[in-house]
Amino acid sequence: MPHITNVMICTCTNCISNSALDIRDSLESEIKRRELEDDVLVVPTGASGLCVNGPILIVQPEGIFYQHLKTKDIPNLVEEHFLKGRPVKSLMYVPPGQDSPIPELRSIPFFKDQRLIALRNRGLIDPDSIDEYIARDGYKALAKVVTSMKPEAVIKEISDSGLRGRGGAGFPTGRKWESRRKDPRTPKYVVCNADEGDPGAFMDRSIIEADPHSVIEGMAIGAYAVGASSGYVYLRMEYPLAVKRMQLSIEKAREYGLLGEDILGLGFDFDLQIFKGAGAFVCGETTALVASIEGKIPEPRQRPPRTTLWEKPVVINNVETWANVPVIVNWGAKWFSQIGTETSKGTKVFSLAGNINNAGLVEVPMGITLREIVYNIGGGIPKGKQFKAVQTGGPSGGFIPASLLDLRVDYEQLDAAGSMMGSGGMVVMDENTCMVEMARYFVDFTNDESCGKCTSCREGSLALLQILQRICRGEGREGDVELLEELAEAIKDASQCGLGQSLSNPVLSSLKHFREEYEEHVKNKRCPAGVCKALITFDIDKEKCTGCRLCAKKCPQDAITGEAKEPHVIDQEKCIKCGVCVDVCKFEAVSIT
Amino acid sequence: MSKIKPEDLDSIGEKIKRTMLLREGSCRVKIIVHMGTCGIAAGARNVMKALTEEIEKADAKDVQLTISSCAGLCSNEPMVTIEQKDQPAVKYVDLNDEKAREIFSRHVMGGKIMSEYALAAGSERTL
Repeated sequence: MPHITNVMICTCTNCISNSALDIRDSLESEIKRRELEDDVLVVPTGASGLCVNGPILIVQPEGIFYQHLKTKDIPNLVEEHFLKGRPVKSLMYVPPGQDSPIPELRSIPFFKDQRLIALRNRGLIDPDSIDEYIARDGYKALAKVVTSMKPEAVIKEISDSGLRGRGGAGFPTGRKWESRRKDPRTPKYVVCNADEGDPGAFMDRSIIEADPHSVIEGMAIGAYAVGASSGYVYLRMEYPLAVKRMQLSIEKAREYGLLGEDILGLGFDFDLQIFKGAGAFVCGETTALVASIEGKIPEPRQRPPRTTLWEKPVVINNVETWANVPVIVNWGAKWFSQIGTETSKGTKVFSLAGNINNAGLVEVPMGITLREIVYNIGGGIPKGKQFKAVQTGGPSGGFIPASLLDLRVDYEQLDAAGSMMGSGGMVVMDENTCMVEMARYFVDFTNDESCGKCTSCREGSLALLQILQRICRGEGREGDVELLEELAEAIKDASQCGLGQSLSNPVLSSLKHFREEYEEHVKNKRCPAGVCKALITFDIDKEKCTGCRLCAKKCPQDAITGEAKEPHVIDQEKCIKCGVCVDVCKFEAVSIT
Repeated sequence: MSKIKPEDLDSIGEKIKRTMLLREGSCRVKIIVHMGTCGIAAGARNVMKALTEEIEKADAKDVQLTISSCAGLCSNEPMVTIEQKDQPAVKYVDLNDEKAREIFSRHVMGGKIMSEYALAAGSERTL
């Protein structure tokens, strides 16, 4: 007999690190203690999206959303909700700036405006259960192509859908498959690029953790279309849970005859294995990725000739691209191509991070505005602060200022704004973010991750970094801004791979939209956002200070003195500009200048 | 599990279809059994059990059974609310397992409201 209630517990990496597994155990034992085992089923799932509020429970069929759970909440929750039928309001989601909780998942704005294709099964299935994937039309697309479609027809379907690579560059997937299909060399390979490395990006990890079979099925369809018989999931070692779930799913699929020889008894052979990446950022670049699989030093090489694996044709697509494939086959190219904009079809998964209320994983139709993502879905900026910029595309992308918030998100529009789609990292920045410092952060990252092959990238990123560090230290010189610009353009022209060609983007886009901030640093030795420590001082406003002593108690340097109920003073000699006093002051008495 | 054929995909899916529908929250009819302390004390568990069995017997995949708390009329528990798309919800009162089975076959499956057990159609105005 099926259970009356299914309790979906998010067991993504984030929630597990917040003790989701203890909560699961506690739920199960409480349910048993209350003799509700026949009524209530606990189902572990992948990320539900609102990871920042984890650990998360979604109770179906009512769709009630519980968040920030602690083990001690569980006995009461089980008694109240499952035994007495009274959902517990104090554990529900409260929208930013409101007092009363919203119980139902579907009425939470974060979920309401999303459209799930790649993440269609998130929070709905147990990622370790192949049966549950099958019950949600899983592997039907594979059965459909192998029984009733010629490989050329599959490729045409993917081409007609308008699907473009979700890993960053946006190359048309159908065209990529077609060129590999036409290549006479055999054997052929398909590869899933799961070497997600952008700071603040976790789309691919979440897709694999939530629904590994969607990727496996997509790859099997791709293999059938191009004529490949084996494939690799290039998955970074830093994602242990994704590796574990993918491995288990591959084994399950083999056991069911959905991978291996004679798939579904239809004479099609395809098998898959995981290749664990060691974590170098450059390995996300396709030529470096194949070099890594081949056991060589992962350095990108010049293209053309086209990327090959062991000198044989290979299709490399990103996790999200593969996860879209079964849906396109099931629902048709026409359906898919109706979603999105003229040039960018379907949806895109973004990991929303930074200064945003609802940090998490979102999937939205292409063409949605940044404003809708940041304010409707993201719930706006914490503490009522002003939006300053959003960074898309990771270290290869750029900053988009508030004036462009109504920009529609698609490949071309983001490029035109000096950023890029990238793999889907979206970092929101508030008014207290220094754009020079952010550019420095990203250049520091790429400088660290440069493989060192091209001088322009290896030395150029270092030169950029040194100038940016100098400006942040208040030692910027006349002409530094122009030098940055010239150097950034030169690196773009002279580097071989995507990493080098795009590493200047954070510098160029911040110069384009926030040039006055650079000028302030260089000419007036001021950091307008109050971030660069060498350029700021902290002071206490005598009028506003109530002498509550809180800042003095919290100051790690004991730099703040003053009697109770008297205005306090900061000793500038001792102050290390950590900002603790600003954070703890309830009267906004500490100013940064 | 031995290797599967294309037609097996449907039967694997079918087995847990209702569980999946439950999670998706999509259905033709939603039966809410009011299981507050009052409802449970009056026998809501038996009503629940009877409805679960009937759904299973009828293999009704588009019917969702769920629980809710006290509906406010504790003296007339066990109560059940039946919700259908584009129709006012109907509240049934003073139920037992037999009445529940009857309501299931005539209202849920047959589409005919059983006025003899019904308290009212519609729900309270909220806010």
